[in-house]
Amino acid sequence: MIFWRAIAAATLFATTPALLAGEIPPDARRSGYAFMGPDTQAMQDDDTINPGMLFVLDGEALWGRKSGSANKACADCHGDARSSMKGVAARYPAFDKASGRPVTLDQRINLCRANHQQATPLPYESRDLLALSAFVAHQSRGVAITAGDDPQLKPFIEQGRDLFMQREGQLNLACTNCHDDNFNKRLAGAPITQGQPTGYPLYRLEWQTLGSLERRLRSCMSGVRAQAYDYGSPELVALELYLMSRARGLPMETPAVRP
Amino acid sequence: MAALINVPAKAKRGAIIEIRTLTSHIMETGFRHTAAGDVVPRDIITSFTCRYNGAEIFRADLFPAIAANPYLSFFTVAKESGKFEFEWIGDNGYSSTASASITVE
Repeated sequence: MIFWRAIAAATLFATTPALLAGEIPPDARRSGYAFMGPDTQAMQDDDTINPGMLFVLDGEALWGRKSGSANKACADCHGDARSSMKGVAARYPAFDKASGRPVTLDQRINLCRANHQQATPLPYESRDLLALSAFVAHQSRGVAITAGDDPQLKPFIEQGRDLFMQREGQLNLACTNCHDDNFNKRLAGAPITQGQPTGYPLYRLEWQTLGSLERRLRSCMSGVRAQAYDYGSPELVALELYLMSRARGLPMETPAVRP
Repeated sequence: MAALINVPAKAKRGAIIEIRTLTSHIMETGFRHTAAGDVVPRDIITSFTCRYNGAEIFRADLFPAIAANPYLSFFTVAKESGKFEFEWIGDNGYSSTASASITVE
């Protein structure tokens, strides 16, 4: 009896790691940077050839420019971004008390525009919004990601995790099927990464421009022939939040360069 | 438009120095179509020049196959202290300039 029980226990134990293959332990987490070729890495490392830095420069100019009917600039409230914005992007998406939901950095910028500058919101993926969020996130470069630590975010992280694990689209694939179970392998010649969102908004050579994490997620969704969620939708924000909490401890790289 | 210029601040007389420039531009090829089938008109930088104390030392013609935010790197000999002036000219009357100084010892 004990013998059979031991075999049953051993079988259960042996199959458990496969069942839990989904989660990447903290010390095995690797930025997309580690999956790139040396040329693309060199492009990210050198600020004089990293095209994302052009957007950071634009964002710096916008930071100091007065906008909206309140005639206020970001700098009028937040001062020098080098100190006031350091580490901020590493905590986003963060819980917004007014709406009782997590908001992304882009949404926070637009909330600031609406509430404090009395300005029109900037459209998602517009040059100005990307430039501002790149400038803000750049101040956190090297800071370890801590997004999702706020206990109020727990249900939203759970929602994001469920979406990450949920199969979708005509190809019937979940994010986890590639980014947890098959990273290090290749998909049509391109390396499959762990999908750690360490450097957003980032300059993607394929896009020929800077883009947000939401744009990247939407590309993946059309890749599996699924209907992509709209920009700013609660599902995308939850996914973004889960991904950031999943990358906990990795340093921010904004503006990263990716192929 | 934003530009990133990399020129050594100091150089020895006669030294060969590298100059690197990166500028913002969409470099729309003119070969793409919108979802409605209309051609997206060409909008590219067509020419780049670098002057060293007024004298042209480098010029390049750019074409539709060049990626967005063109990066150019070239070399020159550090002859005297002064100023490098950069100019990008393109479609629809586009023009952008930047400059950088160097001290030659």
